[in-house]
Amino acid sequence: MIGEIPAGLILVAAGFLVPLVPPALRGVLGIAAPALAFAQLVWIGSGYRLDVEAFGVTLALVRTDVLSLAFGYVFTIAAFLNGIYSWQAPRGVEQPAALIYSGSALAAIFAGDLLSLFVFWELSAVASVLVVWAGGSSRAYHAGMRYLVVQLASGMLLAAGAALRYAETGSLAFDFIGLASPGGLLLIVAFGIKCAFPLFHNWLQDAYPEASATGTVVLSAFTTKIGIYALARGFPGEEGLIYIGAAMAVFPIFFAVIENDLRRVLAYSLNNQLGFMVVGIGLGTELGLNGAVAHAFADILFKGLLFMSMGAVLLRAGSVKATDLGGLYKSMPLTTILCIVGAASISAFPLFSGFVTKSMIMASAAQEGHTVIWVLLLFASAGVFHHAGIKIPFFAFFAHDSGIRCKEAPPHMLIAMTLAAALCIGIGVAPAALYAILPLPVSYEPYTASHVLAQLQLLIFSALAFSWLMRNGIYPPELRSVNLDTDWLYRRLGLRFVEKADTALQALFAACGNATEVLGRAAKDALERLHGSQGVFARTWPAGAMGLGVMLMLLAFLLSYYIT
Amino acid sequence: MSWLDHSKNVARLYRGLWVFGGLLVLADLVVHRHAETAFDGWFGFYGLYGFVACVALVLAAKLLRRVVMRREDYYDR
Repeated sequence: MIGEIPAGLILVAAGFLVPLVPPALRGVLGIAAPALAFAQLVWIGSGYRLDVEAFGVTLALVRTDVLSLAFGYVFTIAAFLNGIYSWQAPRGVEQPAALIYSGSALAAIFAGDLLSLFVFWELSAVASVLVVWAGGSSRAYHAGMRYLVVQLASGMLLAAGAALRYAETGSLAFDFIGLASPGGLLLIVAFGIKCAFPLFHNWLQDAYPEASATGTVVLSAFTTKIGIYALARGFPGEEGLIYIGAAMAVFPIFFAVIENDLRRVLAYSLNNQLGFMVVGIGLGTELGLNGAVAHAFADILFKGLLFMSMGAVLLRAGSVKATDLGGLYKSMPLTTILCIVGAASISAFPLFSGFVTKSMIMASAAQEGHTVIWVLLLFASAGVFHHAGIKIPFFAFFAHDSGIRCKEAPPHMLIAMTLAAALCIGIGVAPAALYAILPLPVSYEPYTASHVLAQLQLLIFSALAFSWLMRNGIYPPELRSVNLDTDWLYRRLGLRFVEKADTALQALFAACGNATEVLGRAAKDALERLHGSQGVFARTWPAGAMGLGVMLMLLAFLLSYYIT
Repeated sequence: MSWLDHSKNVARLYRGLWVFGGLLVLADLVVHRHAETAFDGWFGFYGLYGFVACVALVLAAKLLRRVVMRREDYYDR
């Protein structure tokens, strides 16, 4: 019976059930539902389909294959870890919204047609904005509004693209799309917004850091990975993606270096990691595609772990600003160690997950002859270690002692972080298990002496650069500040434009009003002069005057007749 | 006072890291490297690239700060 219910809807149902059950059971529901969904996925396996008739078409509500299952597994694992991590979260809208959000994201992964995809795409957008708003501040409210507008725009493009395809081909099936096919351009932009393509990226850094300590962890896992999945399904081998992905991998690291809010630093590094995946999809080779999926899998876990550690810091120290923190390793030693595991994983240290996944994409880029792309990705790899691998743990837990003395993270958070860390190390040490669930057969061997040595050199010398810059006072100090990004276009330029336009329109309306008044008065005066009591047309004229007039006219006629 | 609070210990760590980095570069002489591109097989390529890339990154980010950095309440005003 349970096999008939789509895995995503198990989570969505649990989300709606949460407010109805006693508080003691809510946490249990948040853990049990993802566990059940995971078990169901393992049980039904690949090649399962669930069709339903709706709106006069057959919708593939569930379609499992190797690609969707890989994402499905990691989504349910992430939802499970989030359930543990937010065990004691404030019992507001956040927990049910988080469950509905994870469930709709999971359902979107298994949607076999574009209409079902659209429905869950929108549901996940709406549920996720509730998670942002649960942050509670007015900043969270406004950032959530901006986030919602962008997410719904992506949904609209998806709907328009799907409609175009349906009109042209009569099919809504969600398989390979390609740019040349009808609606392809609309769909790639819709997916690209979710993936945080350059210039469409800023909703991510704007909204995610404003959610609560637990909310940001939930958000980090799903939305962007739906985009990655949809790109991998619809546009593998699309060459433009290689260049877009390389730009995405590189530009956020500059912002990450100067950002003060450590969760915003992580949002930039999330953007940078997505860039690697987009390059892998653009390459479209066996190694590239496998690498993109494997890296998405690993990223959900290590980025979740990093956000969890910063959430624990926010909970205990009351801030995640680098300027406020420092020396926390004395108060939170376990969180420190777990954060370092996440940092080592994202930096791709040997024996940690990033090492066995990111390198597949790099190797594929080199093999395909994309040397410039490879050099850029190598730069991004060094940069990610610099800002996520070193900066995050250094400024939070070490640096100068801020004097903050707080409690260690609560047990449920430590358990969730330990499980995530175990998975990061597990994937790094024994990658075969992850390689086995990738879409294509894997022949890649990450642990060669050459690869280990190259990566260690890169990382150790990046660390040396950081220490050298730090000790010589060249490293930019942490400052309380905001950095302008593309959000400036609508938060400041757009706003000022609307304000100016408003003033101009008001002046225009006032001028129109004045002009009407002046003209009206002139017209009234003229009418009064002509038709008023003393007006020329209001006077009575004697009949003789008319006779004289007629005579003059006849005279003029006669005269003109005589002349011609 | 913990071990890391003494600047002497931090300096020891820093020197240790340089020694470790040096050893890794020397290992290039021993380990046979499968170059992925035309140049990454050069002696010490990854170490040099990592160092230069990170210094360049930080210097560029400092310049970026001049352009994009604003007061913390910039958007609230």
